[in-house]
Amino acid sequence: MTHSLLSLNEKDRSKMPLEYSTEEGDLRIVGFWIFLAAELVLFGTLFGTYLVLQSHTAGGPTAKDLFEIGPVMAETIVLLVSSFTCGLSTIELRRHNKKGLIGWLIVTILLGLVFVGLEVNEFYTYAVHEGAPLSRSAFLSGFFVLLGTHGCHVSLGIVWIIGILLQLARRGITPVTARKAFMVGLYWHFLDVVWIFIFTAVYLTGLVI
Amino acid sequence: MIESIKSFMGWFFVTGDPMIYGADASIALVSIGIVAVLTYFKKWKWLWDEWLTSVDHKKIGIMYILAALLMLFRGGIDALMMRAQLTLPNMHFLDAEHYNQVFTTHGTIMIIFVAMPFIFGLMNIAVPLQIGARDVAYPFLNALSFWLFFMGAMLFNLSFVIGGSPDAGWSSYAPYAGAEMNPGVGQNYYLLGVQISGIGSLATGINFLVTILKMRAPGMTLFKMPMFTWSILITSVIVVFAFPAFTVALALMTIDRLFGAHFFTIAAGGSPMLWANLFWFWGHPEVYIVLLPVFGIFSEVIATFAHKTLFGYAVMVWSMVAISLLSFITWLHHFFTMGNTAPVNAFFSISTMLIAIPTGVKIFNWLFTLNKGRIQFTTPMLWALAFIPNFTIGGVTGVMLAMAPADYQYHNSYFLVAHFHSTLIAGTVFGIFCGLHYWWPKMFGYMLDETKGKWSFWIFMISFNICFMPMYFLGLMGMTRRMYTYPAGLGWTPINVVMTIGAVGMGVGFALIAYNIVWSAIHGNKDKTGDPWGGRTLEWATASPAAEYNFAHIPEVSTRDAFAAMKEDKGVFTTKTAKPYEPIHMPNNTGIPVIMATFMFIAGFGCVFEWYWMAVPGLIGIVICMIARSFVYDDHHYISVNEIKRTEAGTGRLS
Ligand code: HEM
Ligand SMILES: [Cu+2]
Repeated sequence: MTHSLLSLNEKDRSKMPLEYSTEEGDLRIVGFWIFLAAELVLFGTLFGTYLVLQSHTAGGPTAKDLFEIGPVMAETIVLLVSSFTCGLSTIELRRHNKKGLIGWLIVTILLGLVFVGLEVNEFYTYAVHEGAPLSRSAFLSGFFVLLGTHGCHVSLGIVWIIGILLQLARRGITPVTARKAFMVGLYWHFLDVVWIFIFTAVYLTGLVI
Repeated sequence: MIESIKSFMGWFFVTGDPMIYGADASIALVSIGIVAVLTYFKKWKWLWDEWLTSVDHKKIGIMYILAALLMLFRGGIDALMMRAQLTLPNMHFLDAEHYNQVFTTHGTIMIIFVAMPFIFGLMNIAVPLQIGARDVAYPFLNALSFWLFFMGAMLFNLSFVIGGSPDAGWSSYAPYAGAEMNPGVGQNYYLLGVQISGIGSLATGINFLVTILKMRAPGMTLFKMPMFTWSILITSVIVVFAFPAFTVALALMTIDRLFGAHFFTIAAGGSPMLWANLFWFWGHPEVYIVLLPVFGIFSEVIATFAHKTLFGYAVMVWSMVAISLLSFITWLHHFFTMGNTAPVNAFFSISTMLIAIPTGVKIFNWLFTLNKGRIQFTTPMLWALAFIPNFTIGGVTGVMLAMAPADYQYHNSYFLVAHFHSTLIAGTVFGIFCGLHYWWPKMFGYMLDETKGKWSFWIFMISFNICFMPMYFLGLMGMTRRMYTYPAGLGWTPINVVMTIGAVGMGVGFALIAYNIVWSAIHGNKDKTGDPWGGRTLEWATASPAAEYNFAHIPEVSTRDAFAAMKEDKGVFTTKTAKPYEPIHMPNNTGIPVIMATFMFIAGFGCVFEWYWMAVPGLIGIVICMIARSFVYDDHHYISVNEIKRTEAGTGRLS
């Protein structure tokens, strides 16, 4: 809150990027990093669970039976590119270029939507066409819940970005909207990092071993 | 039609037991009574404006504490019911099924809905004041945390009258807690009620971590912070790293039960042991979440009433840091007997015993603080002094349990039950009662009566020993945990009788505390100074109760025990009036937290009964609340200089 005194680490805020230019913005961004640390534990637990259960297929389809490299690569590329465009939006934010910021954020959510669409399609293929729904085996439970949690995060991120886009359009780039755009960027990159782990721990190991 | 409604009602409401009908009637009467009183005195608007929508950390703290006291009452009734059933052999006061439900709700309520929220309440009251801040880092989130806890607790307690209570123990072990062996809604109540309040706890952890790291008064470096604030800082770190694992564990079991997944069912490759690991990966740090803060409270109280600075400040801090790290690598000691390999058991055995070292160091520091102190035996001090020996017994028996081979003898016997009550009661409960008496004047502006306070202390503390000391021996004599009755002729009866007498005595002690609260509200001495105890830390530098903005001027700090130093330096601490006031920027009240938590309740209740027509709108309501909040920009107001002057003059002191 703006009312506390921060003379311990009193910084010259005018030289800071806009999102850090108020004490409130600074506080929220710090808190968001801590929230991401908690998210890391959350995903870590899900990864641990998945790795424990990976081989417990109960006679049902295995990772090797199900996974196909094509759709997975498509999802990966789309999400990585969206992270790149999200980074570009932050650069435009730093330049105080509202149009560029909004534009790249829109590209980011479009890519996000494509990713979610591909993932839903993948889930549908497994669950309906290949007879491998989450209730088939512990392995599949772990798979669907780990990836589903990530997918829900991406979907929530899309809703969040849309909210911020509306605020940006209405209010322009202010310390508050700048903070929000910056934070959603952190969130988006975080989800990308999680995906890289999913790609390695779930798909690559699943296809190879 | 009528028949189907009848059968639905019979299934929906818990039926068949006169005690439950009694509870139904009293819940209905109390609810009608509350509504009637609020309507008659036209207090709805007051309730909404002053409390339900408040984002003031002091009010949120009070609400946490009141709710936790209420839950302590419920958990205590559960405890007395269990003790009544076990007093004599072959009793039929409770049947097996009912007994299972009672120990499950007792354990869950005591840990999740008493110990944690009570501590969160005290830290809400004290931490911002101790660091000289005007609020927490995220007041909105703070209110949301409280309401999530409250709604989670309400959902969990609803199981008593609607649908049936959970019965798989507070640790809810798979496979017994799974859908196959435990059909019905009871276990769903556990999973969702605890989940909802757990999300609130995680938010509180983040909130206080940032508050303490970023909002301290100028000059208050980390190593000048009060010890209670230190304990909350470290606890918050544990919360942030332990709770997400529990969130996942609860979610996985919910998905198992509701959507037929196989995380913990053996049939399709799931692993019940996975539950034990996930649960205790959170569960062991959890016991430090409810313990480290009371270490902080005792440190404050012992220093205040020994009239000395705390002995070995830095060592106190580092030992808490050590405990917090070790707390993450000991979880397996809860299931030494579940067939781990010897090296694994050895590792966790040693890591557990290591915790005794920093804990012992702290005990000696408190003793050295007392050494040559001018000790004043106030009620809070009595709780603190009693904590030291009683808790040490819990600690020593903990080390006994940590020896894996010996644990094969003690495991899940009453020895274990006695051990964890020695730590949870002599540690956590003594600590929250200590903090309650200590900070009560700061919360309400009047003192709790000392005579009644001391009586309640002695009755509770002696009864605690009557109840739980014999319990160790009962455990060694072979009586196992969670057993609903026992045959005569095992030599267990006399001890059980004594324990029940002790349990009743603790009930009397608690009732006396409650009576003291009511009595003192009417007759209690006003605290006009803001510093009734001769406190050493900044919360005593402002009025009791503190104004909305806490401090008219943010204090400047140069040493530890900042307020004690100010008093010594200046004689009086009211000399800074020369500085002009400035308008103070404060957050607005908001109804979104309570509304959002209500949607959580609706979604949770829908999931409990697998009524998705109810759960999905609840979830949509939550998302709408989040979006609505994101669009609120006008969320602060200024308190004018005139208003500050008026408030400060009204307290009879200018700080
Ligand atoms: C009046 C004080 C209390 C009495 C007389 C009491 C008594 C009991 C009894 C008889 C049991 C069941 C033992 C069994 O059948 O296995 C029990 C279990 C338990 N109690 Fe208490 N208790 C008290 C206070 C507390 C407090 C303050 C806490 C925590 C802060 C607590 C936490 C627990 C837990 C976690 C369990 C284990 C439940 C389970 O087995 O799932 N108790 N208590
Ligand atoms: Cu433990």
